[in-house]
Amino acid sequence: MLNNLKNDFPIFKNYPDLVYLDSTAMSLKPKVVLEKLVEYYSRYSANIYRGVYKISEKATEEYEKTRQVVADFINAEKNEVVFTRNTTESINLVAYSLGRKIIDEGDEIVTTVMEHHSNFVPWQILALETGAIFKIIDIKDDGSLNLNFQSGNLDLDEVITKKTKILALTYTSNVLGTINPLKEIIEKAKKINPKIIIVVDAAQSAPHLKIDVKDLRGDFVAFSSHKMLGPTGVGVLWGRKELLEEMYPFLYGGEMISEVYLEKTIFKNPPHKFEAGTPSIGEVIAFKEAIKYLKSTGIDKIRQHEKELTLYCLKILKDEFGEKIKIFGPKNIEARAGIIAFTFDNFHPHDIASILDDQSIAVRAGHHCAMPLHNRLKVNATVRASFYIYNNESDVEKLVLGLKKVEKTLT
Amino acid sequence: MSIYTEIILDHYQNPRNFGRIPNPSFHSQASNPLCGDRLELDIVVEEQKIKDIKFQGVGCAISIASASLVTETLKNKDLLYLKKIDKNFIIKLLNIDLGVNRLKCALLILEAIKKLLV
Repeated sequence: MLNNLKNDFPIFKNYPDLVYLDSTAMSLKPKVVLEKLVEYYSRYSANIYRGVYKISEKATEEYEKTRQVVADFINAEKNEVVFTRNTTESINLVAYSLGRKIIDEGDEIVTTVMEHHSNFVPWQILALETGAIFKIIDIKDDGSLNLNFQSGNLDLDEVITKKTKILALTYTSNVLGTINPLKEIIEKAKKINPKIIIVVDAAQSAPHLKIDVKDLRGDFVAFSSHKMLGPTGVGVLWGRKELLEEMYPFLYGGEMISEVYLEKTIFKNPPHKFEAGTPSIGEVIAFKEAIKYLKSTGIDKIRQHEKELTLYCLKILKDEFGEKIKIFGPKNIEARAGIIAFTFDNFHPHDIASILDDQSIAVRAGHHCAMPLHNRLKVNATVRASFYIYNNESDVEKLVLGLKKVEKTLT
Repeated sequence: MSIYTEIILDHYQNPRNFGRIPNPSFHSQASNPLCGDRLELDIVVEEQKIKDIKFQGVGCAISIASASLVTETLKNKDLLYLKKIDKNFIIKLLNIDLGVNRLKCALLILEAIKKLLV
């Protein structure tokens, strides 16, 4: 277990009772990130690239430094890192700038039923617009992808064909907590169709797992700053250089051009080609402090901490409530992130979350932007508790006490 | 203060006017696909008066209690009284401090009422 890190997060000074169990939606921010934001806004809050004065140059330098820190964090090249607003925008960027270039009628786009809407809807709409075939990989009852494993080997022949142009899938499910065997899936998919484009939603992985894009060998990886201790308004799209070069720009306008004439425009090279308009400068600058904080804490230690908390939580939920609690997702902790979605007796998830909130316990209730998955699980909504580096065993115990209060109130 | 007051919990655990009416004068339904809540509403009208009113459905404590409390106020009222039911009426009737997200739950019965006569 990690030492108690709550002292690094000012929100706990202002709200000492807070039991925060919704890091899957939004992580809390350490002081170092907030200080960096204040540093930008109070010392060099100029626009980037264009200014020939000192504070603009300083802002540009700090902004570009974050690009390098992100690149190092995922073992990528600096110019393969594009800043967007969030994971949703990163995925939409690929769907618009590459999807609309390469998808024709009859081509296949494959995704999974466990996706967050941000990695589902853009592909569904692209398929509807182009007449492509939209294929969806199902899950098994244990919450893992329903793929053929024959004698321990993954067989994707039923899903991926030569006509599959795009495979979009999540690294970690934001509801089930399932960690997909991504490297193996990518390797097999590329064997069937070397030209396949693989888009990875890593929003729930980048904060918790080591990501090495060279080792994964996918084509795009998307994640968000706000889920990994960084500010809101910053997303990352990593893409392979050759692909970024051949893609259309996404948004047109300021910053993304090198020359504009009355009759034509020449665009900048990637990544700047995809960063039109003034970005979230201060937020990008402060994002690197979040990554540094994660690195100094140690990604492996963070993962271990979350595993221990998750196991503890699964155990005491079972001990205290038995069959009344139905937990979704894999039982094997190696294939599960620190995310626990559940239903409790016949209590409505919104009532559960509201009564927990009365006790300063923040959990999520609803379909967590994964409606196809909830339909598949045959539930309208679930309650979701998720853990991050600042959570401890006491938070888990308070959740259990909170659920006892729910039971007492509603029966 | 908690929104789970005694009155709310009482109407959730023992909802008034719960059930269906065979051959109602008017029938409507409302649902919130985001959380799976669903209500059906039946009324019997005689001489422009609401002679009987019943609702049935599944939902959270707030949506069920709200439907129960609202239908209680409507029984034996003039049909025109239905027009008086609006967001503020329901907020006042429930007398709890609902945030924007839970307000939707309380207003599901309002949606059913609005659909009754169209």
